[in-house]
Amino acid sequence: MKKNIKKNQTGFLFVLPSLLGVLFFLVIPFADVVRRSFLGALSGAWAGLANYRTVFSNTAFRLAAGNTLRFEAVCIPLLLALSLFTALILNSLKSHIQFYKSCFLIPMAIPVASAVLLWKVLFHERGLLSGLLHLFHLPGEDWMRTPWAFWILIASYLWKNLGYDVVLWLAGLSGISPSLYEAARVDGAGRRQCFWYITLPSLLPSLFTISVLSILNSFKVFREAYLAAGDYPHESMYLLQHLFNNWYRDLSMDKMAAGAVIHAGVIFLMVLTLKRAWDGED
Amino acid sequence: MWKKIMLILLAVLAFAAVYPICFLLAGSLMGTGELQENLSAAQEGGAGYVRMPGLPQYPTLQSYVELLLDSPEFFVMFWNSVKLTAGILLGQLLFGVPAAWGFAKGSFPFRKLLFTIYILLMMMPFQVLMLSDYLLLDTMRLLDTHAGLVLLSVFSTFPVFLMYRFFDSVPDALVEAARLDGASQWQVFLYVGLPLGSPGIISTMVLGFLEYWNLMEPPMTFLKSKQLWPLALYLPNISLEEAGAAFAASVMALIPAILVFLAGQDYLEKGIVAAAVKE
Repeated sequence: MKKNIKKNQTGFLFVLPSLLGVLFFLVIPFADVVRRSFLGALSGAWAGLANYRTVFSNTAFRLAAGNTLRFEAVCIPLLLALSLFTALILNSLKSHIQFYKSCFLIPMAIPVASAVLLWKVLFHERGLLSGLLHLFHLPGEDWMRTPWAFWILIASYLWKNLGYDVVLWLAGLSGISPSLYEAARVDGAGRRQCFWYITLPSLLPSLFTISVLSILNSFKVFREAYLAAGDYPHESMYLLQHLFNNWYRDLSMDKMAAGAVIHAGVIFLMVLTLKRAWDGED
Repeated sequence: MWKKIMLILLAVLAFAAVYPICFLLAGSLMGTGELQENLSAAQEGGAGYVRMPGLPQYPTLQSYVELLLDSPEFFVMFWNSVKLTAGILLGQLLFGVPAAWGFAKGSFPFRKLLFTIYILLMMMPFQVLMLSDYLLLDTMRLLDTHAGLVLLSVFSTFPVFLMYRFFDSVPDALVEAARLDGASQWQVFLYVGLPLGSPGIISTMVLGFLEYWNLMEPPMTFLKSKQLWPLALYLPNISLEEAGAAFAASVMALIPAILVFLAGQDYLEKGIVAAAVKE
């Protein structure tokens, strides 16, 4: 009996210090924010769902949430497709694979702050991009102040994360047994058929986790947006983080609290779906 | 033919990925005059377009010398970045490694539930935790301090999750065998867990370094005093008028990250894969 109790407890002491930290620094403060989201900003009295109503009817919130969703909806499929394509080419190479991998991973190591200098020179009204277009007699623009700003943000996300996803796809590809392809070829399958009937179905389980990790990384794109365009960028790239920053500066605690709870709720739902997919793998 | 087009595409993509480094290096080695000339179009009333040759015409270390000799604030910010990054990573080692081991090889009530909470927390972007972080730091009187920033990141749950993935692949039989031989829990962790899990710990540290060297949102929000800022906040504030300093400072910020990247690339790849694929 005594042994059983002991066994039930193994490892808890290892977790305890971290757990206390997480509780004290993350869980309890967030619980406090949830409580505050139901209180009036100034009065501190119970306000029910008033803060949530304010947030949902706030035009800035709608713009930011819409842009953030649009950003995710465009950049995730683009990144997944481009990185899969790159991984497939790399996988068919016989040499230099490591070299290319290094090239694609290097943007992860380039501090955003260093890369922003390139942005400034590239997308200035009289910058490198405008200069290039000028060669073809096309007009230049102050790119960061046009709807193109959104696409520049997409491009910078792709640049930064391509290597990350390529490495993930390559790991998935290396898990496919070569004998499958051999058998298919003996049966007369072409390259295209091999891709559609072997490669793609085998990669499907990884697709989900890769998407979620890509989404996790996409939250960091705000850094580029902020450094290149400041607090009030072109409205096509006004993201949730901009909004929270502006609320923070105005000390709109009530809106921030409700906004944070809504945001966390959306992510919570996403993680639950992810968890189901992970558990399904077992 | 098809294959050749693919290879060219691949080369173009690879070039685009590394171009920023070439750009920064070239710019940092140009003299003030040459930079002025190339960038003059971007200044008020400039004509023509900005140019950026791949190689400086008259390579010089002038910008570096000026940055290193004449801008003491650069050293302050560099040191701030080092302090923040080192503090966070050390803290994560101290609290995260045992926790990851406990989750992977321990068995105690609510283990699964607690770990799910960890995964949930790791997915939360900064803006979600911004207000709670602020209220916490405010209560603890740690706003506008490095200690506050370090504390916030030490208990980030992503490192625990990542190291858990590595510890999880340590064979249970080994752990059992050590226990049967009379090793205490602590000894099993020290002599079985740590050596076998060390690639995971290194992977986590490499990924962590790249992340925290780049840390922006929390210092931007919680550090009011400029002398406490890390490099990541300082760089964007250098205007194009001081292009030489901006280029040299950008390269200096890049060097530690590239060194860690080159030394730890294998671990970096392992870390990326471990987060997604079950062994």
